[in-house]
Amino acid sequence: MENVLSRHRNLSVLAAVLVAQVLGLAIQIRSTNPEQTRLIRIWAISSVTPIERLIVHSQGGLYGIWHNYLYLRGVRQENRDLKAEIERLRLQQVRLNEDASQARRLQVLLGFRERYSIQTLPAQVIGSGGSEQSRVVYLDKGGKDGLKPQMAVITSSGVVGKILQVYSSTAQVLLINDQSSGLGAILESSHTSGSDTSNNQAPNSQALNNQAPNSQAPNPQIPTPQQGRVHGIVSGSPAGETMLEKVLLGEDVQPGDRVLTSGGDGIFPKGLPVGTVIKVSQADSFLKIRLHPSADLSRLEEVLVIMKLEDVAPPATDVAGSQRAVDVLAARLPGVPAKTDLSQETPDGQKKPDTTAAPAPDSVPAPTGPQNASSSRPQNSGPLPVPEARHGKTLKPEIFKPAAAVANPAGNGPQ
Amino acid sequence: MRLSQTSPEQVEVYRFNWLVASLVPALAIFFQAFIPVRLHFVSIFDFPLLVTIFFGVARRNPVSGLFTGCIIGLVQDSLTHHPLGVYGIAKTVVGFGASSLGAKLDVENAASRFLVTYGFYLLHQFLYFSVQRVLVREMMNWSWSHELLAGLANALAAVVLFAVLDRFKQRI
Repeated sequence: MENVLSRHRNLSVLAAVLVAQVLGLAIQIRSTNPEQTRLIRIWAISSVTPIERLIVHSQGGLYGIWHNYLYLRGVRQENRDLKAEIERLRLQQVRLNEDASQARRLQVLLGFRERYSIQTLPAQVIGSGGSEQSRVVYLDKGGKDGLKPQMAVITSSGVVGKILQVYSSTAQVLLINDQSSGLGAILESSHTSGSDTSNNQAPNSQALNNQAPNSQAPNPQIPTPQQGRVHGIVSGSPAGETMLEKVLLGEDVQPGDRVLTSGGDGIFPKGLPVGTVIKVSQADSFLKIRLHPSADLSRLEEVLVIMKLEDVAPPATDVAGSQRAVDVLAARLPGVPAKTDLSQETPDGQKKPDTTAAPAPDSVPAPTGPQNASSSRPQNSGPLPVPEARHGKTLKPEIFKPAAAVANPAGNGPQ
Repeated sequence: MRLSQTSPEQVEVYRFNWLVASLVPALAIFFQAFIPVRLHFVSIFDFPLLVTIFFGVARRNPVSGLFTGCIIGLVQDSLTHHPLGVYGIAKTVVGFGASSLGAKLDVENAASRFLVTYGFYLLHQFLYFSVQRVLVREMMNWSWSHELLAGLANALAAVVLFAVLDRFKQRI
């Protein structure tokens, strides 16, 4: 035996090394504890990432010196253009602020919870996994900066991925185009393929959609929950393409449709852009939908890590301000009773919300539909469905909250 | 093209300074992890594999070749989110094969290096995919067109890289 081993020494060593690695691999696969190989990974990562960080930061410094001090041609003209742009944006901001405050009031009125306070931490991408089959990148921030596994990573363009492993000064991010990745997604718009739903929408149903405030949708065709937006799971293909999976064959998905996060995975807030549908083909029982990711995953430099994501109750001043949501609706909808029916004058002449009276039956958009049967639904149990008018029916008054609930949302606790 | 079989006495065996032997694989892994972030197309190259083949062929010692491949592969594995050993197994076999081939054939010129690298690249990818599919049970798509093109790119890169690394060879 010894003779055979010494005669085939090279092959014996090869076999021993291979068997050792296969055993190690089997132990890792069977074990659910990823910490087993953490030490080896820490050694490798901590020997590579400091150099990467040094290069990336010195590269940024050199670029800054060039860009900020040396390359200043045309700055004067650019400055003039930017000032004009600022003026234009200020005007636009005033208009958007008005729209946003109105949206907040309407959200409170309908008991929506789609409001997020997002704390982010900017980070620099300093390296990759070095493999075409492992689509991970490394950030220059880690555990000592407060990063934790399962935190969402985004850019201003869209979703990038989630944090997989955290080390002291670096973190490994799994990109959304890796095949082991998966995030809940919805299509921004649904095509109404021949059904009558498109004709039955309330006139203001688009204004009352439950989009997250950070959605960058320009002017989408947004369906009501009755129509139902197409849900799916975004994952990567073995070739690194971003795919929307688990969408049934019957769904009408077309190239150009935008895909947003659904918020159902508990990692990403709802409404962040994920990508755009570029190709739809049929597979077994699901559609095979290829996406163009909103964030350029092949050229990532700066990213944002979502450190904290919490629902917040809108400030009371938003609601009890000078103009109430019902007033906004009253001004826009026909058949609304006089404002004095819904509010009382305070001694200082300002209107005070009526805390006893419920809105009159026809003082609100006339929503009907099966979801409205949930009148006893607690206010903090999730987003209420968007009211939708069907066949000109009006609602009974008891399905609406009393005005007190609108006037005092803080009483509902943080939403 | 000189890809002739030679006797062990005819084949020249080289060794490397310890600094070169440790720094070159480290740099290869570093470039593999760092450059694709800025230049995405570079991810088609497998610099650690090229270095494994180079050291294997130059040293012509199968045991040293397989350990070189094993260590480089395991370090490469540790940067991914896959279990350790996938690249390790593939590069161990390639390191062993390259040094065994180097001991029998003279692969010192550009054309033979091109062919050897092309062949070992395909072998490496086949092993990698097999381990991923059979042992790790991860779905991997084998694309002939991609692998053949990537093999071509790596073989061309190897010709240039090996010519540079030849400067660090020390004849025994």
